Amino acid sequence: MCLAIPGKIIELDAQNALQAVVDVVGVRRKVDLGLLQDEPPVPGEWVLIHVGFAMSKISEAEAADQMRTLTMLGEAEAAMEEVRGYGLEDKEWDSPGQRWKQ
Amino acid sequence: MKFVDEFRTPELIGKAGEEIRRLADPNRHYRIMEVCGGHTHAIYRFGLKDLLPSNVELIHGPGCPVCVLPMGRIDDGLALAAQPDFIFAAFGDMMRVPGTHGSPLEYKARGMDVRIVYSPADALKLARSNPEKHVMFFAIGFETTAPSTALTLMRARAEGLGNFSVFCNHVTIIPAIRAILDSPDMRLDGFVGPGHVSTVIGCRPYDWIAKDERKPVVVSGFEPLDILQSIVMLLRQLRKGEAKVENQYKRVVPWEGNRAALRAMGEVFELRAYFEWRGLGFISQSALKIRPSYAQWDSEQRFAVPGVRVTDPKAAQCGEVLKGVLKPAQCKLFGRECTPEQPVGALMVSSEGSCAAYFNYEHRKPVSIATVAPN
Repeated sequence: MCLAIPGKIIELDAQNALQAVVDVVGVRRKVDLGLLQDEPPVPGEWVLIHVGFAMSKISEAEAADQMRTLTMLGEAEAAMEEVRGYGLEDKEWDSPGQRWKQ
Repeated sequence: MKFVDEFRTPELIGKAGEEIRRLADPNRHYRIMEVCGGHTHAIYRFGLKDLLPSNVELIHGPGCPVCVLPMGRIDDGLALAAQPDFIFAAFGDMMRVPGTHGSPLEYKARGMDVRIVYSPADALKLARSNPEKHVMFFAIGFETTAPSTALTLMRARAEGLGNFSVFCNHVTIIPAIRAILDSPDMRLDGFVGPGHVSTVIGCRPYDWIAKDERKPVVVSGFEPLDILQSIVMLLRQLRKGEAKVENQYKRVVPWEGNRAALRAMGEVFELRAYFEWRGLGFISQSALKIRPSYAQWDSEQRFAVPGVRVTDPKAAQCGEVLKGVLKPAQCKLFGRECTPEQPVGALMVSSEGSCAAYFNYEHRKPVSIATVAPN
C-alpha cells in the first residue's frame, strides 16, 4: 500500500484529462492524475503511483531504480498484483509496452 | 556481508559504510529512528545493520499504518459491515489484521462480503456496479494514501453516489513523532525521514524537530544506498553539532510537497481532537476525520459506530517495540505465539512492521540471493 509503483503515461483519457492509461512493466491500467493537476504529466512521462493515484513525476532512470528496489524487497509481485487491480481493471491491453525485466 | 553482492553499486555501498564508521565518534552511541515502515523493511531486507558500526543503532519508528491501528477500529469497521447488503472493501494489507473475533479474511470465510481493493477508486467502482449494496471503504494510511481517499470522496460527492462511504482511519505522522520525542524512556539522536509521506507534506513540517528539539532529520529514499547516505548526512550534522532538515530524496520529494494533494486533504478532512494509536495510546490531533460537508459519505457520521476499545493482548509488547524501547525479538511472544503466519500483534502482520521484517530476515533464514532477479 505504501510502496510506490512507477509507471509511464501512455495516453490521456479523451473525456477526462485527469485520467490516463499508464504502463507498469507491461500491464496497462487506468490511473488517476488528480493529485498532479497543478502540472499534469503528458504521455511519455513517468510517474510514481500510490494506490491508483499518480503522486509525483519522476525520471525514467528513477522509475527503473524504483522497480528494482521493489523487486529486491520482494514486493514486485505484490505490486503487480495491485496494478492488475484484483480483477477490477478497466480494460485488458496486450501491448507489451516498455519492460524492465525479461 | 549478507546481501552485498546484489547491490547495484557495491563500491558505493562500501564507501558509504566506511564514511559512517569514520564519522561515528567511538565514544558515543547513536540512536537513529527510521520513521517509515518501508525503510524498516529495506533495512532488514538488505542487511544494512551489518554495515553499521555497533554504536550506530537504528530504531524502528511508528510509520506502518496497519501496525498502529488499534484493534477496536477493526472491530468497529467489521461491526458496521455486518449490516445487511454491505460490502467491506479494504487494501490487501488489512485482510489478515486480527480483530477481536477474527481478521477481515476470517469474516469473509464466515460469509461477510469482504473485497480487497487496490485503490479507493476501485471501492468507488464497486459502489457504482453494486447499486443495491452499500460499499464501505476501510481507509488506512498516513499522508501517502490520505489524498487519494480525499479525491475519491470528492468524486463520490460530485457523482451524488449514495451507496458509498469511507470509514476513515487516516493518521498523520508529525504528532506521532512528537509523541515519541515526548516519551520519557526514549532518547534519539536523529531521524531518517519518510520518503513518500514527504512527497505529499514536503520537508517543512519537520522544521520543529530540528529547531525546537535540536535533532537532525534527513528525508530518505528507499534504496540501500539512499538509506546509508541519509545516515552519513545525519552523522555529519551530529558531528558538527548541527540540527537541520535535509532532503536526500530530492529526485522524488519536492521541498514544498504536493500542493494539489494537500488541497484535496484540506477540502475533505479535518483533524480529530485525538485518536488512539496502538502502542502509543491517545495522541491529540493525530488523525483525520471527514468534514461535515461530506457527512453522507462518512461511515462514522452516517451509521452508529459501536466505538469498541480493546486493550492489546497483555503478553504482546507491541507498544514497546513500536516506540523502539524493545527490539522485536525481546518481546515474549516473538517467534513463538506470534509469527507472520499466526500474528498476535499487528507489527507481525504487515511486511512493513518491524516484527515481520525482523522475523523474515533475521530470525528465519534469509531468502536465497539466487531467488532475486539479477541486475
